[in-house]
Amino acid sequence: MIKHLRLPRLSWRFIPVWQRNYLVWKKLAIPSILGNLADPMLYMLGLGFGLGSLLPDIEGMSYLSFLAAGTVAYSTMNAATFEVLYSSFSRMHVQRTWDAILNAPMTLDDVMLGELTWATSKSLLSGAAILAVIWGLGLFGNFWMTLWIIPVVALVGFCFGGMGLVMNAVSPSYDFFLYYFTLVITPMVLLCGVFFPVSQLPPLLQSVSAWLPLTHAIDLARPLVIGRVPGNITLHVVALVIYGSLGYIIALALTRRRLLK
Amino acid sequence: MLKVRGLNKKYGDTEVVRGLDLNVQRGECFGLLGPNGAGKTTTLRLLLGLTEPDSGSIEIAGIAVPQHARAARMKVGVVPQMDNLDPDFSVRENLLAYGRYFGMTKAAITVRVPMLLDFAGLANKADAQIAQLSGGMKRRLTLARALVHDPDILFLDEPTTGLDPQARHLIWQGLRRLLAEGKTIVLTTHFMDEAERLADRLAILDHGRVVVEGAPRDLIEAHIEPAVVEVFGEGIADWTRQHAATLCLRFETVGETLFCYTDAPDTVIDALKEVPALRYVHRPSNLEDVFLKLTGRDLRD
Repeated sequence: MIKHLRLPRLSWRFIPVWQRNYLVWKKLAIPSILGNLADPMLYMLGLGFGLGSLLPDIEGMSYLSFLAAGTVAYSTMNAATFEVLYSSFSRMHVQRTWDAILNAPMTLDDVMLGELTWATSKSLLSGAAILAVIWGLGLFGNFWMTLWIIPVVALVGFCFGGMGLVMNAVSPSYDFFLYYFTLVITPMVLLCGVFFPVSQLPPLLQSVSAWLPLTHAIDLARPLVIGRVPGNITLHVVALVIYGSLGYIIALALTRRRLLK
Repeated sequence: MLKVRGLNKKYGDTEVVRGLDLNVQRGECFGLLGPNGAGKTTTLRLLLGLTEPDSGSIEIAGIAVPQHARAARMKVGVVPQMDNLDPDFSVRENLLAYGRYFGMTKAAITVRVPMLLDFAGLANKADAQIAQLSGGMKRRLTLARALVHDPDILFLDEPTTGLDPQARHLIWQGLRRLLAEGKTIVLTTHFMDEAERLADRLAILDHGRVVVEGAPRDLIEAHIEPAVVEVFGEGIADWTRQHAATLCLRFETVGETLFCYTDAPDTVIDALKEVPALRYVHRPSNLEDVFLKLTGRDLRD
């Protein structure tokens, strides 16, 4: 793996890969959007209204607003993760689409950058859909401020897309991805303040939480929903960029070992 | 068109390609033959720059690989061993998507699509989904896809494996058409008839090395007696012991069959007619006999 580790050579040639995925998605866009949306929306509205009616305001906002802000980050994470795990794995391993592309004048760097930008685009759509619900239900503090959620969502998609590609690179089969969900994604959802504030956790877990990417995502998204400027913007942005970039670089080395030895 | 010098590739302790030299001229069809594991597919991957050689040099149309693999691949069309058409696209969309990987504009690809579909005999299947195509159609589409950017040289990795005879003949016909247009073809196969039919020259590879190289006819003449009588049936062991050494120039027993190589098949056959329990097949020797003589009859798994 060390032998294959080097800085990616980025080029615009990733665009045809992105475009390929876009054209396939377009054929099934409606069911795909509904599928992406229905699940987080049901959780958000069900828990938000059901549980929210029993709860006091949290950090100065209704539970529904609190949960909506968490759901923006959470559903973006899920969309990016699912895309680079199951869909990228199908293209790489099952359909051998990557092999076909690599016979053209394309490098693995291009192919995986195409996958990463595609996962980012898809998760952007997913996050934006939740944002639309926030607008529709009037759960926001300041409309103009909520527009900043769009770039935040793109960054979150990039972050989890890059991380997920590492799993894609080492996975022997679809079943393997369950480990990632059980050991990484689900704990993250519970530790990073999607459903309840991190301050409710024991101090040890709070300090773990501070290192997790979803925490940084939520720390950016939640203040923006209620119309405040997030604190420590640079820290959160840099953390998300590092998680995503490191993921991409490591995934590239591992995939190079897998496909190009 | 293709020049390979002293190519070496090791995986762990296994030397997969050992000191390979190849020269393929423009417009030539060159066959790479060899048993499973001889290094054919690895050689093709090296030629494409998909894996880095431990030593040696490769030039495609004057471009060094892997240093300038991108530029080299612009000149190359690839038909891989296993079909990897895009199952989410129709026949036409497969060609469109693939052309974009070569930096072609949609307009530039669209102009070529009817010609490519016609070449593949899929003109009436343009909007069919990949799952609806037969094995032969998929192969032809893969071949057409390899031509989308009008390459000078084609790499075909076992292009007719798994096809029925009709489908194979269609592929061969297409390949001959390409050769007539002046394309260069490098073909791996373990069908000897395919190599004999298509290749101007071929190399037999074993254990990563070229065992022999030349035109199919020349190889048969140089390495093998002109005729073969295959003998089998009750009492073959006795007959072999008594007559094989005197009647055959060279003989081999494989399982229950005696392969008698000879330049005087009639003499052998006359002798065999006196033993009605024995059955025989008389045929001219072919590339397969050369192949088996040089690479042995052991199974390679």
